[in-house]
Amino acid sequence: MCFVQNTRGLRSQLKDSVPVTGLCPQAGPYGVQDSLRRGFSSVKNELLPSHPLELSEKNFQLNQDKMNFNTLRNIQGLHAPLKLQMEYRAARQIQRLPFLPSSNLALDTLRGTDDTIGFEDILNDPVLSEVMGDPHIMTEYKLGVL
Amino acid sequence: RQRTRPQLLRAENTMLNTSTKTPTGGFSFENTRRNAVLEANLSEKGYSAPNARKTGTTIAGLIFKDGVILGADTRATDDMVVADKNCMKIHYIAPKIYCCGAGVAADAEVTTQMMSSNVELHSLSTGRPPLVAMVTRQLKQMLFRYQGHIGSSLIVGGVDVNGPQLYSVYPHGSYDKLPFLTMGSGAASAVSVFEDRYKPNMELEEAKQLVRDAITAGIFCDLGSGSNVDLCVITEKTVDYLRGYDQPVQKGLREGTYRYKPGTTAVLTKTVTPLTLDVVDESVQVMDTE
Repeated sequence: MCFVQNTRGLRSQLKDSVPVTGLCPQAGPYGVQDSLRRGFSSVKNELLPSHPLELSEKNFQLNQDKMNFNTLRNIQGLHAPLKLQMEYRAARQIQRLPFLPSSNLALDTLRGTDDTIGFEDILNDPVLSEVMGDPHIMTEYKLGVL
Repeated sequence: RQRTRPQLLRAENTMLNTSTKTPTGGFSFENTRRNAVLEANLSEKGYSAPNARKTGTTIAGLIFKDGVILGADTRATDDMVVADKNCMKIHYIAPKIYCCGAGVAADAEVTTQMMSSNVELHSLSTGRPPLVAMVTRQLKQMLFRYQGHIGSSLIVGGVDVNGPQLYSVYPHGSYDKLPFLTMGSGAASAVSVFEDRYKPNMELEEAKQLVRDAITAGIFCDLGSGSNVDLCVITEKTVDYLRGYDQPVQKGLREGTYRYKPGTTAVLTKTVTPLTLDVVDESVQVMDTE
């Protein structure tokens, strides 16, 4: 099933439900600032985004999914988004090792983004990046050991 | 079991970063804070950061009896300097849909290229030729998503199953559907010509002349537009891309010459100093021409 972009204003439902990730105090696992991994902290960095679009771009896919699922729930009932979210969860688990770039083909097909081209395909393609995450650290993080 | 801490630079020549986030594509906002600080420092000293190159344009579109005519000038400006005297502002989107771009040159270029790819993928997926309304919808959704930071104003025109159509899309995502449209810095001059002489269902030659006159008005009355007039005539049967349809501004011919005859300046004295050079080292390197 492929969604068209939902342009109805469902702003009221978005306001409380979007998690503002990445701008919380940079506490590590022990509640203290984790300088090694996240760099120096500053209050300004944590409270304000550096660019007006930073937050909206970070959460864009999440917001789109939320709006689409809401519309689907209103039209077809609760079962439709539930089934689809189950499929999304299954597709999201098909990944390579954490430090290697995954194609996410099943997830793209479900979302309908396998036949669209956006800036996420042209700019900063993870496949072509010159740096990779540290394999040990990323696997430990994924397994929850870190 | 011993485990050594991984070093930052490894023998495999890959740099490792110590963050635990999986990398995603798209825009990266990492350097915005640093850029803001740099710009503040520069402006304290009196310099300014380089600006994105705008096209400073006159673009226009018109619906006539058999289809759509799009027109554009060909000057690209960089603040107050002409950066490109003959750039192409009418971009291809689909076989019967073309798009004129004004505003920031790179934004217009990349936006239209992405649109072209998306339209092709969409029409392959639906199995039908694309609609102009579909192009407009994707454009306005994308431009609204980026809240006007992508500074490109576009005129989309083409012929599809619903007939000839013309839309204009503004950088923040609003759009208009009208029988004649102009955009860019020379829009006011061009639209005055349209308002005066436009009639519905014009013939081809009359319509081409009208668009040419509108763009010429923009070229003469606006500093940001200049050089030639490009036209693109789209009908149901053919597409005519007339590059350099008209060149209203010819480079002038010089009246006089500033060359001096040899012997104009008298030679007073002449001294010759030969430089003696010794051969220090001689080596022969055979070129491998195989």
